[in-house]
Amino acid sequence: MPKPHLALLVALAVAGLVAASSSAIDPYYLDVLTLIGINVILAVSLNLVNGYTGQFSLGHAGFMSVGAYLSAAVSLFLGPQVLGEHPAAFAEGAFFLGALLVGGLAAALAGLVVGIPSLRLRGDYLAIVTLAFGEIIRVVFQNIDALGGALGLNGIPPYTTIFWVLAFAALTIFTVHCLVHSTYGRGFLAVHDDEVAAAAVGLNPTRYKIVAFVVSAFFAGIAGGLYGHFRLTITPGGFDFTKSIEIVVMVILGGMGNMPGVVLAAVVLTLLPEVLRPIAEYRMIIYSLLLIVLMILRPQGLFRLKAGRKSPGP
Amino acid sequence: MALLELDHVTLRFGGLTAVNAVDLVVGENELVGLIGPNGAGKTSLFNLVTGIYAADEGSVSFGGQALGGRTAHAIVALGIARTFQNIRLFGRLSVADNVRVASNLHRTTGAAQSLVRLGAFRADEAAVARRVDELLEIFHLGRFRDAPAGSLPYGEQRRLEIARALATQPRLLLLDEPAAGMNPTEKAELAQLIVRVQREFKLSILLVEHSMKVVMGVCQRVVVLDYGVKIAEGSPTEVQNDPKVIEAYLGQDRRF
Ligand SMILES: Nc1ncnc2c1ncn2[C@@H]1O[C@H](COP(=O)(O)OP(=O)(O)OP(=O)(O)O)[C@@H](O)[C@H]1O
Ligand SMILES: [Mg+2]
Repeated sequence: MPKPHLALLVALAVAGLVAASSSAIDPYYLDVLTLIGINVILAVSLNLVNGYTGQFSLGHAGFMSVGAYLSAAVSLFLGPQVLGEHPAAFAEGAFFLGALLVGGLAAALAGLVVGIPSLRLRGDYLAIVTLAFGEIIRVVFQNIDALGGALGLNGIPPYTTIFWVLAFAALTIFTVHCLVHSTYGRGFLAVHDDEVAAAAVGLNPTRYKIVAFVVSAFFAGIAGGLYGHFRLTITPGGFDFTKSIEIVVMVILGGMGNMPGVVLAAVVLTLLPEVLRPIAEYRMIIYSLLLIVLMILRPQGLFRLKAGRKSPGP
Repeated sequence: MALLELDHVTLRFGGLTAVNAVDLVVGENELVGLIGPNGAGKTSLFNLVTGIYAADEGSVSFGGQALGGRTAHAIVALGIARTFQNIRLFGRLSVADNVRVASNLHRTTGAAQSLVRLGAFRADEAAVARRVDELLEIFHLGRFRDAPAGSLPYGEQRRLEIARALATQPRLLLLDEPAAGMNPTEKAELAQLIVRVQREFKLSILLVEHSMKVVMGVCQRVVVLDYGVKIAEGSPTEVQNDPKVIEAYLGQDRRF
């Protein structure tokens, strides 16, 4: 069996073990672990776009919200009909998986719609377009009464278990790792390094960017679905610009395109506010300062052990 | 038989005509030199053939197919590869990965298989790895295999660019000053390498080079550009003794 698959199996087994013994774990720690898992999915998926492919997306929370809303809507509006009064655990799990996939696919579709026109543009434009997308999608949800308007959706069934969270975190890492570690996937890094040269060896840079964007949006949508069925209530405001920035910071802190670093950054940055709960109001200020200091002192990321060497200019 | 054919091709940058009504033919298995003083339009001609710029007038065809309107990566797929005058490697990728990523046109498995990784995927990756190793061997880059391409010495970077271009399995190779910045020994070795590669890979090559030793040593035919205009064409000795060519190079700081 190929190594990544073995690792995935082991991770799934661990997820199963943790889930089986979850009643013995302090609920607070379980909640923190859930948030860590969701943030790992978000950071690792964004890393495909902002890290490996070298684009700058600022709309990850927007894709997350698409997944959160769509999957919550499936659970709320279709769940009762499909599952009935007392569904078996297996049926419930299968239904939840379906709801998550609907959310993920809807987010991927949104990624395609936003990506096709904007990924032909150069760097800064993408940042602006994705930022606008995040804001627009928020306003859209605010104005759909069927989805609760500004109040959001309440009473979402608590389907998210630690198993699903850890399993999808593992699956996200697995997918991004496998994509990038293939002859096909080296193309993401090539596009990052030099688009003209990438085209000169027969790669289609726009296509690579779109694939990265769509895959990334899909997992953001899954993360959103997990989040909604964990918090049991979602509001448009919960997926605003600050959430996007938070994920971007994880990717930068982890050292863009450096998988272990990004995972570690997601863990640390989820724990940090828990540890610093008393000064939670200052989180955005701390983030900003952290970013500025980091950019000056360690532009290659906090958790990158081996500094990437840059090629000399032309 | 003509492989590449430029028919009265013109390229302008605003008021400047970088390539002016140039006719040019490169035959199968031919090694043609393209020379001219600085700013003559040699690189512009490459950019035009490879789809970075579109011709303002005239047409380019390759193997009988018109290239007008095709994207750069589609032109590579037809069989034209190039190197850049200002080296453009993927600096952060390893030497091997630079060649590997250029093998993508000749993969049989794609993105989905990279996730499932069945036997076909592994066989495909192994075949790519073998071709990469062969190319690195030919260009004496084997020992740099895992180093970031950007960390290589200059001469090695130039050779790696050629190896990378060959990984696309072209029928025509455009080399833009591959010997620039090399010392005389390296230049002589590179000239030999170019001839060897042309024979082994059954390629046509269009070679831009300021080093006359290299051009005169390896080219079967030489085309001379000056201010975007083709001013001479012929065997290396014919061109060397052409008064128009001597005139064009007069006042240049380059020794002809
Ligand atoms: N993108 C561009 N925009 C405007 N002018 C350009 C552009 N590219 C090239 N030129 C101009 O076109 C002319 C031809 O340049 P080109 O680079 O093709 O010359 P060259 O023969 O390759 O010269 P060298 O030997 O110095 O490499 C020059 O006058 C150059 O300044
Ligand atoms: Mg030039």
